[in-house]
Amino acid sequence: MKLKLAALAATSMMVAAPALADLVVPHLSYRTGAYGANGTQYADGFNDYFTLLNERDGGIGGEVIQVPECETAYNTEKGVECYESLKADGLVFNPLSTGITYQLIPKVAVDQKVLYTPGYGRTSAKNGTVFEWVFNAPANYWDGASVAIKYLLEENGGDLSGKKIALIYHNSAYGKEPIRTLTDLSAKHGFELSEIPVEAPGQEQKSQWLQIRRDKPDYVLMWGWGVMNQVAIQEAANIRFPMENFIGIWWAGSEIDVLPAGEGSNGYKAITFNGVGMDYPIYDDIKTYVLDTGKASQGGEHVGSAVYSRGMYAAVVIAEAIRKAQELAGTSAIDPSQLREGFENLQMTDERLAEIGLPDFGPAFEMTCENHGGNGMARIQQWDAAAKQWNLITDFMEPDNEVLDPLIAEDSTAYAEEAGITPRDC
Amino acid sequence: MFYREAGDFKTSYCDDGQTFPIKLDRMGYYVILGVAAMVVPFVINDYWASAVLLPFLIYAIASIGLNILTGYAGQVSLGTGGFMAVGAYAVYKLMTAFPEVSVLIHILLAGGITAMVGIAFGLPSLRIKGFYLAVATLAAQFFLVWLFNKVPWFYNYSASGQITAPERTVLGWAVTGPAASPAAKYLVCLLFVVFAAWVARNLTRGMVGRKWMAIRDMDIAAEIIGVNPLTAKLSAFGISSFFVGIAGALLFAVYLGAAEVTEAFGINKSFLVLFMVIIGGLGSIFGSFAGAAFLVLLPVLLKNLLVGALGWPTDLAAHIELMIVGALIIFFLIVEPHGLARLWQLVKEKLRLWPFPH
Repeated sequence: MKLKLAALAATSMMVAAPALADLVVPHLSYRTGAYGANGTQYADGFNDYFTLLNERDGGIGGEVIQVPECETAYNTEKGVECYESLKADGLVFNPLSTGITYQLIPKVAVDQKVLYTPGYGRTSAKNGTVFEWVFNAPANYWDGASVAIKYLLEENGGDLSGKKIALIYHNSAYGKEPIRTLTDLSAKHGFELSEIPVEAPGQEQKSQWLQIRRDKPDYVLMWGWGVMNQVAIQEAANIRFPMENFIGIWWAGSEIDVLPAGEGSNGYKAITFNGVGMDYPIYDDIKTYVLDTGKASQGGEHVGSAVYSRGMYAAVVIAEAIRKAQELAGTSAIDPSQLREGFENLQMTDERLAEIGLPDFGPAFEMTCENHGGNGMARIQQWDAAAKQWNLITDFMEPDNEVLDPLIAEDSTAYAEEAGITPRDC
Repeated sequence: MFYREAGDFKTSYCDDGQTFPIKLDRMGYYVILGVAAMVVPFVINDYWASAVLLPFLIYAIASIGLNILTGYAGQVSLGTGGFMAVGAYAVYKLMTAFPEVSVLIHILLAGGITAMVGIAFGLPSLRIKGFYLAVATLAAQFFLVWLFNKVPWFYNYSASGQITAPERTVLGWAVTGPAASPAAKYLVCLLFVVFAAWVARNLTRGMVGRKWMAIRDMDIAAEIIGVNPLTAKLSAFGISSFFVGIAGALLFAVYLGAAEVTEAFGINKSFLVLFMVIIGGLGSIFGSFAGAAFLVLLPVLLKNLLVGALGWPTDLAAHIELMIVGALIIFFLIVEPHGLARLWQLVKEKLRLWPFPH
């Protein structure tokens, strides 16, 4: 009996002990709910990259990375519950939800945890003097909106005056983000902007597309997510809207968004800040160390999809920040404030990406104390329905910082006043 | 024998009419209140506050509110989420417009504003009943959420349409905003829960409550014996919305800290609170607490059990959790259609007779 008790105590100690030694990257994912189909792919990519590092290199700097998952279903209350349950050991949070991000921004500043929101969340978190703990490199929504307009300018010989551009968006914090930028850009370039909201989750958009058919805009931009994308692309095909004039944000640019519309989706474009397809050396390693060993998240059915790649990219940046933090701190067991230093000194160069096995996968960027958002570069991808694959059709383009910088300054100053934050000196 | 009534004599009408006529019940109530107010705040941590106790207390207020309307007055409402949104946006506008006024007053005022909105949407109840009224209140749900999403004034013209609670203090302790301690947030919610339960209990025991129940049971008969359906129905809508508004204000300001109306106050909220009322027991204050506990605590418990202890994949656990909660709801409603409150009452009666049942 005594032996049994001792053994029990020993096993429970062993179960509890590694959590203290390892680096914990909590994973607020969602695999259920209206957005679960997309969320699953992202979560798999995120998990698999850390599994690869653990299997191939024994973690980062000798520290095994733990990625405990918690299901949020894209619901803010569950997101808060997940954050509270995982924050004790957690270093960095990546909730993949603009709503949950808004919820967590004030909390992470008090709890001193890093929040990394690549390509989503609060745009003005780029201003590191106000948002000390939040990072959103390589690009944010305003960068995306600006890159889309810049691409259209190139298409039209630098002149968009008199053109009509419609923005169809998810009627939530996420979908509303680009409006401010697009309004300013329309003033600058003289195009006419119409805003068309779609109520969550987005299956119901008949009237919106009737309006688009009636107004005949030259271009349609889309800020959609989950089931909304599939319906929008199908509806666009139904009204025979020219697909090459239809551009989605990166969250509206995955395979499952375009596949349901079949041939009709051929030529649809989307903005992206990461590479697509499987022509990268890293996928050989993922096959050897993750897929073939049976350790892939959910059996590896989504490996290589666009959203999977984006999840993997988020994990790559976090891993590089951890590496940098270990280098700066001189210890492998870093804490969240050391990780924040790592993020603030992170330099993602083209050489480093190639070393990782992802040449030309993402933009080269660097983060500093005041710039938490990188340089905001993004590119355009286009769907080839016959080959069933995304093709990158432009190089990385810089956003129009002349328009974005004042907007970011204005929004972050407003937040600082509201929350009583004195911006720090960098 | 566990519940002793022998020797528990009442010598005045006042004694006989008290809320907890059995001494043991009364002592139990004081002990629970004492533990909740004196012990819990000292042991509470962030996880317990944000995952378990705050949602439980806030949803208990909301289900007390809906229970007054649906359980006591018999007016079916699917607009709870919309009315909670009114409370949340009212407290947000008040907090940002009058920062020097105490947030506790703002929460009460938010309840008052919601009461007025509730009365306005309760007007159709004078003409229509039952399912038709449910549809009318459903319209309130969709209209209010649309309104708060559409008109930028309500969210102070923020870029994303989200509202964020600024930090406010009570007696020097932050109760809203990220720096608020779990104990402070918990105590504020507890204060309002005790207030809501006390007011609701006494209203439903008195003349107002009897009028509501008369309307619920047979409105024509109630009218004949002198109950004015106009005042009875509208007062039920007003008081119910008052509590629902307080719950919405607390949910946004104290618990979440930021909210997006479509996501936080959607139709799901209305159903959730309605299920709490049905499972807990229609027409019972205790039932409101039991229902809130059932639907808030059970999912968290199951999640910790399935993912934390058994290590299941999160999506499988989330689906199984839905199935278990759903199956339990059906099971409870078949075994006891009057809800957990009735089950508890039966247990109490059995314990009073034990060991000599007749």
